[in-house]
Amino acid sequence: MAFASAAPASFRLEEPVRSPDDISIAMTPAASADALAVHAKGVSLTFETSDGEVQALSSVDLDIAAGDFVSFIGPSGCGKTTLLRVIADLQQPTSGTILVNGVTPEAARLRRAYGYVFQAPALYPWRTIERNIALPLEIMGIDAAQRRERIERYLRLVNLSGFERKYPWQLSGGMQQRASIARALCFEPALLLMDEPFGALDEIVRDHLNEQLLRLWDQTKKTVVFVTHSIPEAVFLSTKIVVMSPRPGRIIDIIACDFPRDRTLEFRETPEFIKIAQRVRSGLRSGHSYDE
Amino acid sequence: MTSNALSRSPEIRWPPAVVRHAPVVVIVLALIAIWYVAAVLMNMNIVRDGFERDGTAYTTEDLIAGTLSAERPLLPAPHQVIATFADDVFGWPVTSPRSLVYHSWVTLSATFLGFVLGAGFGIFLAILIVHARTLEKSLLPWIICSQMVPILAVAPIVIVVLGSIGLRGLLPKAIISAYLCFFPVTIGVVKGLSSPDPIQLDLMRTWSATQAQIFWKLRWPSAVPFLFTSLKVSITISLIGAIVAELPTGAQAGIGARLLAGSYYGQTIQIWAALVAASVLAIGLIGLVSLVERWVAQLMGART
Repeated sequence: MAFASAAPASFRLEEPVRSPDDISIAMTPAASADALAVHAKGVSLTFETSDGEVQALSSVDLDIAAGDFVSFIGPSGCGKTTLLRVIADLQQPTSGTILVNGVTPEAARLRRAYGYVFQAPALYPWRTIERNIALPLEIMGIDAAQRRERIERYLRLVNLSGFERKYPWQLSGGMQQRASIARALCFEPALLLMDEPFGALDEIVRDHLNEQLLRLWDQTKKTVVFVTHSIPEAVFLSTKIVVMSPRPGRIIDIIACDFPRDRTLEFRETPEFIKIAQRVRSGLRSGHSYDE
Repeated sequence: MTSNALSRSPEIRWPPAVVRHAPVVVIVLALIAIWYVAAVLMNMNIVRDGFERDGTAYTTEDLIAGTLSAERPLLPAPHQVIATFADDVFGWPVTSPRSLVYHSWVTLSATFLGFVLGAGFGIFLAILIVHARTLEKSLLPWIICSQMVPILAVAPIVIVVLGSIGLRGLLPKAIISAYLCFFPVTIGVVKGLSSPDPIQLDLMRTWSATQAQIFWKLRWPSAVPFLFTSLKVSITISLIGAIVAELPTGAQAGIGARLLAGSYYGQTIQIWAALVAASVLAIGLIGLVSLVERWVAQLMGART
């Protein structure tokens, strides 16, 4: 029932396509940032609300190497989702620079450099599972034959083969979220942005999907940026944990978590796991995250 | 107390068909009974005056029988209406101007044309409004004003103006019908086109979808359930519009013309028969829209 058994042997990460102007953009301001999936320097974002300004992000510096699995963890209001949305060009920073795959987030978005998974599966109820996966491919103008091939491959990858003709309401919450992951992967972006994708699921399904996601990341060698508020989830999945704190939203600790990629759920009982979890927890505590 | 009552009387098990239809039948019977009572009471004076003018002696039975069979009653009894309706529908060839089928068809064709024009215009306005918020501010007051105008006052003007540029017959009626029925479509479709979840719109943005793609792949399918709700309201209004358009124009044919003729000559039974025809048409039209709605919902994978 794991992704691994279903994954095609031929599957391979495709390098993001780089056009010449792409490189020129990357070379000018920050040549070193070119190899990074995400490079943020002094990124701040202020919202104008009816009762004054709210600083959602305050001078965030962050580098994410290609192939990393990075988790943003913090209490609600710490700006972790905002930071992800800035990377995705769904929101624009007030100041600072940010590069995604060496180009601006907008250029990266226009080049379809990332797939985004939201907390809700947000499948279109009037489309079957296969036609939901086909949606981004249709939008990107990929022809029907290739669409069929991609749908088949990615449904197999998330272990949903046989559910092509089902409508979303006929699937469980966990299966719907897997379908939305397949939809984010099917146009083969190098970067996968996930905003609390398993937040609405129960613990058992969540554990299962965590394991599957880890396999999928290992197989596809994608860069994953993952927002969560669960310490075990962050430690279990990540190669790098970014601890954030609210008011103003800022990074207070970045913890390396360099364990082998083929972790199993038993890893969560080991002393190393517990040690890192403790460091994350103390980071969150020092950021007054428990004041609420 | 209730448990006591239950334990004493043995439980009666009604067949499911009875249980299902009993409430409907009871309501219908009650309405018919009320109607008969009202007919007797309202026609009483006319009948009594008639007897007294003729100087004949009459009993209460004569009086009641008279109220239910008067030729020009204030309120015709149900069986009179049904008899006239049946005669008007089945008693004449459908091409005869005395046939209610003929008149219904005249009104129905104006209704259909008006409905198509009105729904199309309503959808068009909704698309404009959703894509340019400034248009909402500049258009919506006029759209609402248009619905405040009493159509009975405007209809003759429209007929005269259109007649002067050579448009007669079906089209002016259809335009009045469209004028009445576009509003619910606009309101419903604006709501529907703005109904997609912010997440679904964000997804479209992450895929760098164009405005046209967002419209056809997200906004329009999201609006379909709202559209059908509006269309059901709109199609009955469009029928009313077609009937109203026949009233002030001296139309020779149509349910409106039939109503008007009935009121000229005091043929109350004929008026009621025409009203029954209008209700049958309205039920049929809503049924038709519901049928299409169900078919579309099935195509769009609704839960069955």
